[in-house]
Amino acid sequence: MDKHKELKELFNKGFTSLENRLNGGTKGELHTYRKDALKRFNELRFPTIKDEEWKYTNISPVIAKYFKPSADSAVIADAKGVDRFFINRNDFIHLVFVNGRFSDELSFGWKETEGFTVTNLKTAIKDKPEIVSGYIGKNAVIEDNIFTALSSAFIEDGTFIYVNKNTVVEKPVHIFYVTNSNEEIMNAPRNLFIAGANSQIKVIESYEALSSAAYFTNVVTEIFLEEGAVVEHIKIQDEALGAYHIARTEVSQKKASNYLSYNVDFGGSIVRNNLHTRFDESGAENNLRGLYLTSGSQLVDNHTRIDHAMPHCLSHELYKGVLNDSSRAVFNGKVMVRKDAQKTNAFQENKNLLLSEDALVNTKPQLEIFADDVKCTHGATVGQLSKDSLFYLKSRGFSHDTAMRVLIYAFASDVVHAIDIPEIRDYLEKKIAEKLATGLEN
Amino acid sequence: MLEIKNLHASIDGKDILKGINLTVKAGEVHAIMGPNGSGKSTLAQVLAGREEYEVTEGEVLFNGKNLLEMAPEDRAREGVFLAFQYPIEIPGVSNVNLLKTALNEIRKYRNEEPLDSMDFLNMIKSKMSLVDMPNDLMQRSVNEGFSGGEKKRNEIFQMAVLNPALGILDETDSGLDIDALRIVANGVTKLRSPENAFVVVTHYQRLLNYIVPDYVHVLFNGRIIKSGDKSLALELEEKGYDWVKEHITEFVGQ
Ligand SMILES: Nc1ncnc2c1ncn2[C@@H]1O[C@H](COP(=O)(O)OP(=O)(O)OP(=O)(O)O)[C@@H](O)[C@H]1O
Ligand SMILES: [Mg+2]
Repeated sequence: MDKHKELKELFNKGFTSLENRLNGGTKGELHTYRKDALKRFNELRFPTIKDEEWKYTNISPVIAKYFKPSADSAVIADAKGVDRFFINRNDFIHLVFVNGRFSDELSFGWKETEGFTVTNLKTAIKDKPEIVSGYIGKNAVIEDNIFTALSSAFIEDGTFIYVNKNTVVEKPVHIFYVTNSNEEIMNAPRNLFIAGANSQIKVIESYEALSSAAYFTNVVTEIFLEEGAVVEHIKIQDEALGAYHIARTEVSQKKASNYLSYNVDFGGSIVRNNLHTRFDESGAENNLRGLYLTSGSQLVDNHTRIDHAMPHCLSHELYKGVLNDSSRAVFNGKVMVRKDAQKTNAFQENKNLLLSEDALVNTKPQLEIFADDVKCTHGATVGQLSKDSLFYLKSRGFSHDTAMRVLIYAFASDVVHAIDIPEIRDYLEKKIAEKLATGLEN
Repeated sequence: MLEIKNLHASIDGKDILKGINLTVKAGEVHAIMGPNGSGKSTLAQVLAGREEYEVTEGEVLFNGKNLLEMAPEDRAREGVFLAFQYPIEIPGVSNVNLLKTALNEIRKYRNEEPLDSMDFLNMIKSKMSLVDMPNDLMQRSVNEGFSGGEKKRNEIFQMAVLNPALGILDETDSGLDIDALRIVANGVTKLRSPENAFVVVTHYQRLLNYIVPDYVHVLFNGRIIKSGDKSLALELEEKGYDWVKEHITEFVGQ
């Protein structure tokens, strides 16, 4: 039997046990969505490198495994040791998930307070089913993406954030998806962030592991910015080195809203991020910054798409990569400027530093411009450290290694300098330095 | 301190230095002049250890040690400093950071403890006043967006902080306005001591009014074709290089 069929059987069986477990929960609209998603999953096929969108990212190692839906596995979600990942224990709102399951005990500061709701999705499905069904699947459609369909079929938990209009959430919300499992599991968290008109929120999404067995994170995040909303979204992917991580983030922006994204990849064996934003109304802007540091045989693929569907919007994108050993990276940045999107400003840049002859990056900016009064630039560079800079530092007494490290660090950390949550910025800077220090030891 | 004997160097197969002989003793200042393309920067870069140049013949001793065998960073740690003709911009690395790392690498090499932050800051402050270094330049990325003159001043400031035994200044005067030239040159003069030495590459006699050299050498086509005292610089300014070129035919004819 072919692998695809086998996997379908496995996941369909998993779906049946999900339904059994949900017992009362199979009536509502959300479950209809799950069933549609499963149906779509059964119709679609897994992509291969013959598919344009997956040309440089061969996911056959992912489907060669038999990942069980995590909620279906017998593994106890052991939360011991999770607190080591906390960055600011006192001043952030924490939501912790272990193997896809919400940990009530480790999460704190989360609640429904005046003006906003931060909770796990399961609670929201119970308490606010109409809001959840009103938003879920609206930005991340299941039609065209087998991983989204699969993830959506197994929606059980994740993070739900709803900020009322005119509300500023002062405390950053830090969400942890931690894997601690000796079984090969699939975690399928679902995030739904809704920022009301003129509201503001900062969200950090961290992926961490306490175990080293292979696992698969298949996450879908949908973000809705109403008029004038400001969302800062930091995604820190630090999965185990043997893990697979496929993430789809879909953002829609209303008038004069501002979405700021930092997407940092440290871990994972095969990583694929799809970050798509769409301007639904005019006068909005976004700023997408990404950093991938790869070593060993890691593969990190970032596909971004910015849809300038409306006029007078501004997008700024900067993705940087540092690749060592025989690691690989893919950057595919699509910017679409539709016919009516006059006065669009779109700037895109992708810069890569190759530290080894065996490292490889495939970078492809894709501008599709159908309006005429626009300002768009894009650029991609792939290179080594400048010899002049290295010599300059050595002439000041820097050892070769120190000079390398200082220059690479300067190149990479530039991406996170503008983060305005100091603890997160400090954490990332330290983490970048650490990863570069270990990645250079060869 | 520095003994250069019959130094030949080439780049991409092209011979640039064709037998340089030069001895610099502690406490001395040597000026090197010569037309564009004669090899002045090449000599400076070879001494600092730029790997792109190939030394094809000759030797260089620095305090009795074979300089050419040392990695560039070890030359710096032994006390060689090059003020670049074209200082490099290093985005993302602040001036302060560069100096702190450089100092500590040098101290480590000499088996000294790293400087504590207070001592470091005090030292930096005193050196800043030496060359009138504006405070905001300290925090900015190394040379990034600096004006031509600011870059040159920064080179001398770095030299003041690292306190080398041998300072090689490659056209530090070009790009400086009149006031800056005076400030920077006086800074160098204050750094002079019986223990250190300077090799100053310049096109202009005016720098040598401030940094008074013990010897002046004319480099032409990869060789030192004439050496003298400070009056040679004046003579050159007056008569130009044509006068030297006449001299060279004589020299080659010998
Ligand atoms: N990579 C290279 N390949 C070939 N020739 C080179 C290279 N680098 C330098 N040269 C040549 O070496 C010669 C000496 O250059 P150098 O920079 O040392 O001159 P200079 O005396 O410092 O001149 P200036 O007064 O203009 O600074 C020049 O003719 C230059 O073109
Ligand atoms: Mg020169």
